[in-house]
Formats: sequence, structure tokens, C-alpha cells
Amino acid sequence: MTNELIAITVLWGFIFIYAVMATMDFGAGFWSMVYMNREKTKATNIANRYLSPTWEVTNVFIVAIVVALFSFFPGATFLLGTVLLIPGSIILLLLAIRSAFLVFAHIAKEYKKALTYISGISGLIIPALLISVLPITHGGFIETVDGVARLRMDKLFTSPHEYAFIGFAISSTLFLSSLLLADYSNVANELEAYQIYRRDALVLGPISLLMALFIMLTMQNEATWLYEQMMNYLPWIIGSIAMFFVAGIALFLPSAKQTTVKGRPRLAVVAIVVQYFLASYAYGKAHLPYMIYPDVTIQSGFTHPNTFRALFTSYIVGFVILFPGFVYFWRLFMKDKRYLQQNDPS
Amino acid sequence: MDDLVIARSLFGTTMAFHIIFATLGVGIPLMVLFAELLYQKTKDRDYAVMANRWTKGLAVLLGVAIPSGTIAGVQLSLLWPGFMEVIGRVMSLPFQIEIYAFFVEALFMSIYVYAADRISAWMRILSVTLVAIGASASAILITNVHAFEGTPAGFRIENGEIVDVDPWAAFFNPSFFVVAGHVVVSAFMTGAFVIASIAAYKMLREKNNQRVYQFHRKALMLGLTVGGIFSILTALNGHESAQLLHEYQPEKLAAAEGLFETQSHAPLAIGGYTDRETQSVKWAIEIPWALSFLAGNSFDTVVRGLNDFPEEWWPPLFVHTLFNAMVGIGSLLILLSGMGFIWNKIMKRNTFPRPLMWSFIAAGPLSILAIEFGWIFACTGRQPWVIYRMMKTADAVTQTGNLAILFILFTIVYVILGISVVLVLRYYFNRHPVMNELDSHSNDNSSNFAQ
Repeated sequence: MTNELIAITVLWGFIFIYAVMATMDFGAGFWSMVYMNREKTKATNIANRYLSPTWEVTNVFIVAIVVALFSFFPGATFLLGTVLLIPGSIILLLLAIRSAFLVFAHIAKEYKKALTYISGISGLIIPALLISVLPITHGGFIETVDGVARLRMDKLFTSPHEYAFIGFAISSTLFLSSLLLADYSNVANELEAYQIYRRDALVLGPISLLMALFIMLTMQNEATWLYEQMMNYLPWIIGSIAMFFVAGIALFLPSAKQTTVKGRPRLAVVAIVVQYFLASYAYGKAHLPYMIYPDVTIQSGFTHPNTFRALFTSYIVGFVILFPGFVYFWRLFMKDKRYLQQNDPS
Repeated sequence: MDDLVIARSLFGTTMAFHIIFATLGVGIPLMVLFAELLYQKTKDRDYAVMANRWTKGLAVLLGVAIPSGTIAGVQLSLLWPGFMEVIGRVMSLPFQIEIYAFFVEALFMSIYVYAADRISAWMRILSVTLVAIGASASAILITNVHAFEGTPAGFRIENGEIVDVDPWAAFFNPSFFVVAGHVVVSAFMTGAFVIASIAAYKMLREKNNQRVYQFHRKALMLGLTVGGIFSILTALNGHESAQLLHEYQPEKLAAAEGLFETQSHAPLAIGGYTDRETQSVKWAIEIPWALSFLAGNSFDTVVRGLNDFPEEWWPPLFVHTLFNAMVGIGSLLILLSGMGFIWNKIMKRNTFPRPLMWSFIAAGPLSILAIEFGWIFACTGRQPWVIYRMMKTADAVTQTGNLAILFILFTIVYVILGISVVLVLRYYFNRHPVMNELDSHSNDNSSNFAQ
């Protein structure tokens, strides 16, 4: 493996982890808004209980992505930073408002309603904007005038390809988060909440799959180079679709511990994460060697080799130090029944 | 206004806003740690209540510190793509390591806040220690990038190409330890004085409720002690920072002191403003020979003046005022905590006179002001360079345009967040008066209660 390949794999790994964690985070905010007024079910509580300890950790990943990008690929950062000034700034503003108000809603119960709306709605807009970076890297939306690169917003927002991605981002956000919350409420023995989230997942799953097909369809015309390369990874894509059906079946299997409800949500969650993993691997591999088509490749934008070596060392040391912390965190918030089953989340 | 000025204003506003919350995010965990330790040592429940309430406040502040820090981090690439291209190739290590520090802080902050009732007291102390270490390490590492901008090392630019890259030499650039140390000890100082301010204010208002009064008195004493120690450390370190400028960025020191002519036995100008026409500091108090002594520990140290440098390399001359304001406030804070110490420990008085109480109340806001002045001085004093003698700020700025509208939008959001954070804090602490928490522990604290 070349240095460039190692670097882009690390970056892709961060993006994948963030994509999964953030969809759950944004989705949970949305669900806690939707189910806010249903006092009998604990659907909102469950969403909040998941959200409270995790948003900070999730937020670190977005910084980690940006840092990995400019430290490994300064050349790509120059172009991306230049063209993404406006959309990037809007994302930042929304993220800032959302995170702050998420915390505020937690502390000031009286304003909870208004604050929950803010974080719920922004939770849908942010993923839609974030994912727009992908079609921009497919080429055709950046033009260079007098040596200065510019994003053609008009072209971007009249492109079906962009809207396919937006649709995919929103439906995936809601799908992944409802599935995870179904699993979370199942572990917490909140059966009513479990059934609500299971139903939501069953509705949203097929929609997100349709959106993925819509992406492929529009890609055929708008990013032919990428479409043709992706077809070389057809087995991965088929595997991905197969995992989707595994998850679907898992939600109809008899439950392992309950008699009144159906489904094995943990199996479904794992299957869906594998589904997205396979699909994004095929997409990422097909995207290479281009970071931004056709201007920047992973070789042309790469950092200085000495810097790469130092960074790589720091990654290994950092991982060794942090891993026990993550395990401890997981045990406290994702497994500990005392936390999952408390009546009033603090 | 041209794009460069707007870009600098936008990024400056982001930093000015972020730095308030970032500083408190570094300073308050240390206070929480001290309160936890004092609770373990004295078994006085009041300290546990303090730790709990400060953590609640900290959680709200972090709700702004973290997103505004995310903005600052990403805005670097958006507004200064030319700068970040160099940083990416040469100086990305501190950013990378800061991510780990940030993870440590985020993980253990969540554990400390949301799992406090399920983990042992020592695990709690370990968690809050890791929060404090993570926060301080983040501050040190990010400040290191700022240090690198002033004293770049570990690379050369040859025909526009970056060559001879040594990332560790860049990491351990000459001013790293002194500059990063300055930021951390001043943050500890600020966190402590903000706590002291609130406690002093509450003492004046709750004079008749002995139980609550005593609680805040303990908080005030803790805040003054920690603040006093770190204000002295800040001053000692500040002295080293000035000597560093003398060695590595002489025109910045010259602008800070309003010195135009290179000379030995240089005088120190306190106060006043620098006048470009007459090349002097007007209305200043001059202490003869003092600047030479401060810069090099001897009166015949030659201090270089601005006239040694081409005028387009001069920093803006108003930095003299910012520098004075920062040093002035710092000295005042040392004086204040010294007076508190003498009054309480040497003269053994139990209560402080009213004017002194009001000065304590001012200590927190003043510390934050000093931090702001210090940062503006440090960054405008480096102009016109973004990387000293390597890259001009004008060459690093984005070519995209449309910056004015972004400047307005970001400012509006900062105003909204700033107002909401105050409202939320007020709301929470009004709904949860400390009396309630003290009451619920009155059983094991009955002797205290009777005072």
C-alpha cells in the first residue's frame, strides 16, 4: 500500500464512522422532535438518552475529518476550502446552533419545545448539505476563472444528481437512526418505543434504498467516469443490497427475548452497517485516484512525506491511548442497564 | 473594505468569541478538580455541591465552546486556504494530536456528567482530571500553531516550493513552550477568577443567609487562591514571552513598547498612545532603562526600534495600548489576590470590606478582557505576516469573495449564542438555587448549618 492509499483509507474510515454516528445523532434529534408530544411513550426519552452523552464525541469526528483532510491532502484542501466557503459556512452555522441548543434544551426544560424544534429541523438540513460535497467532487461544478476556482451553485442546485444525494442523505439519516433507536429501546426494555422505531425503520429502509438507486441512475449521465468504475465493483454493490434484505428479514424474525414483539434489531443494525460499509467501499474505491475530478488526485494533493510519517506515528499512538477510553464509554452508555433503563434521564 | 480586511475581521470575531468559552473550558475543569479533591480531603459536602454546580455551568459553556471551536477549525481552511496548505504540509501534527486530546476530553466529560452516580469517587476524580488534561492539552497544541506562526521552523520555501520539511522541528518551534504555557496558566487564572467573581457577588446578595453565605465564601477563597497563584505564574511567563519577542520578533516588541530608535538603556513606556508622526509615545509614564532590563536582564541590552525595519513590516501601532491593557490588568489581579491573602491570612479578618468585594467581582470580567487584549495583541502584532517572514496574510486569504455577508451571518449567530448562553445559565441557576442542594445534605453537615 502506498502512503497516499493509507492516508485516503484513514480519511475514508473517519468519514464512514462520522457518517454512521452523525446520521444517528441528527436522526435522534429529529425523532425526539417528532415524538415530543407523545407523553405516554418513551420514544423521546430514548432518543435523548442516546443523544446526551454522544453528541460531543460525534462532533469530534467532524473536526477529525477536516484535520485529516488538510494534513494528508493540503492540495485538495486548498481547492475544497476555496469552493466550499459558502456551503461550508452554512453547515458550520447550522451545526453551531444545533449543538448549542441541544445542550440548552437539556438544561432549560421550560424552553425545551422551541429548542428541540431547532435541533430537530437543523438535524435534517445539515446532512443534506454535508453530502453535497460528494457530487461536487464528481466534477462539473467547479469552474476556474482567472486562476480562481469557483463553485457553480446554479449548476449544482439544478442537477438531479445533487438531489438524489440529498434525498439519500435525509432518508438514510432517518432510517439508520430509527433502526439504532429501535435496538437501543429493545436493550432498555422499552417495548412501546421499540415498536414505534421498528415501524419507522421498516418504512424508511426501502425509501433509502430507492434513493441509492436514484443516485446510480443520475450518476450514469452526470458522472459517467465514476459510474463505469463503480460497475467494476458490482459484487460489492450486490453484497450491499443483500445485507439490506438480511436486515429486513431480521426485523421479522421472532424476538430473542420478548414474546409480544417481533424482530432482532441488533442483527438488523449490524447488517445495515455492513450494507453501508460495502456500498461506500465500492464508491470510494471507484472514486480513486481522484479526490476532486478531474483536478486533484490523491497523489497531486498529497502532503510532504516526512509529515506523513510523523502523522502516521501519531495515529498509532493516539489509537492505543484512546481505545480503552472508547471501550469504557461504550460500556457505560450503550450496555449498562442502569443507564439505559432509568426513568428520568438526567 | 477589501476581502483581506473582512476575512481578518470574520476570523478575528470567531476567535474573540471562541476564546471566552475555550478559556473557561480549560480553567473551570481545574476548579472542579480542586473542589472534588477538597471534598475527598475535608469531607465537607459543600465542595461536592460546588463541583456539581460548576460542572453544570461548564456543560452549558462547552455547548458553545465546542461548536465555536469547530467553526474556528474549519474556517481556517475556508478563509485561509493558502495558509492551511503550508500548515498541512509542515505543521499538521499539533492539529492531529489535538484531536486525541479533544477525544479524551469529550469522552470523559460525558462520563463525568452522565455517569457520575454510577462510578466510584476516585473514578470520578480520574475522569475530571482527564477532562482537565484533555482541555489543557488542546489549548497547548492549538496555541502551538500560533507559536509557529510567530517563530516558524522546520521548513524552507524555495522558489515557491516547500522543502526540507521536519514536522517535529516545526512542532518544537522556539516559542512553543513559552507561548503555550502563557495561554494555559492564564486560562487557569481566568477560570478561578470567574468563580471568585460569582462567589463574591453572591456573598453580597446573600448576606443574611449564613448557610449560603458560608458556601460562597469557601468558593471565593478557593477562587482567589488558585487565581492568585496562576496570576503570578502568568506574569512570570509573560516576562519570558517578552524576552522571546526581543529575540525572535523584535519589531513586535518595538511596536508593543512604542520604541522607534534602536538603543541600549531603552526606557519602558507605560500607558499613552503611539504617535507615528512624532515617533514617540504620547502621555506615557517612562521608566528609564527598564525596557532594556526586561528584554535582556541587563541595562545595556540593545533593544531594536521600529525604524530598523521597513515601514510596511510594522505592526499596527495601537498594539501598544492592547499590550499595556493586558499587562495592566494582570498586575491588578496579582495585587487583588495579594490583598485578599493579607486581609484574610495575615490580618485574620473574616469578612472583606465592600470595595474589596466589588473588586473581586470585577476580577473575572477583567481576566477575560485581558485574554482578549492579549490575543488581539499577539495576532495583530504579527501583521503583515501570517507566518513570520515566510508568508504574508494577504497571500493566504481566500479568493472567493462574498465575505461580507458571511461576516454578518456569523456575527448574528455569535450574538444569538452569546445571549442564549447567559439566559440559559441564569434560568438554570435561578431554578436550582444552591440552598436546595445544601438542604438535601444538611444531615451530615449539621454543625456547619448551625453557624
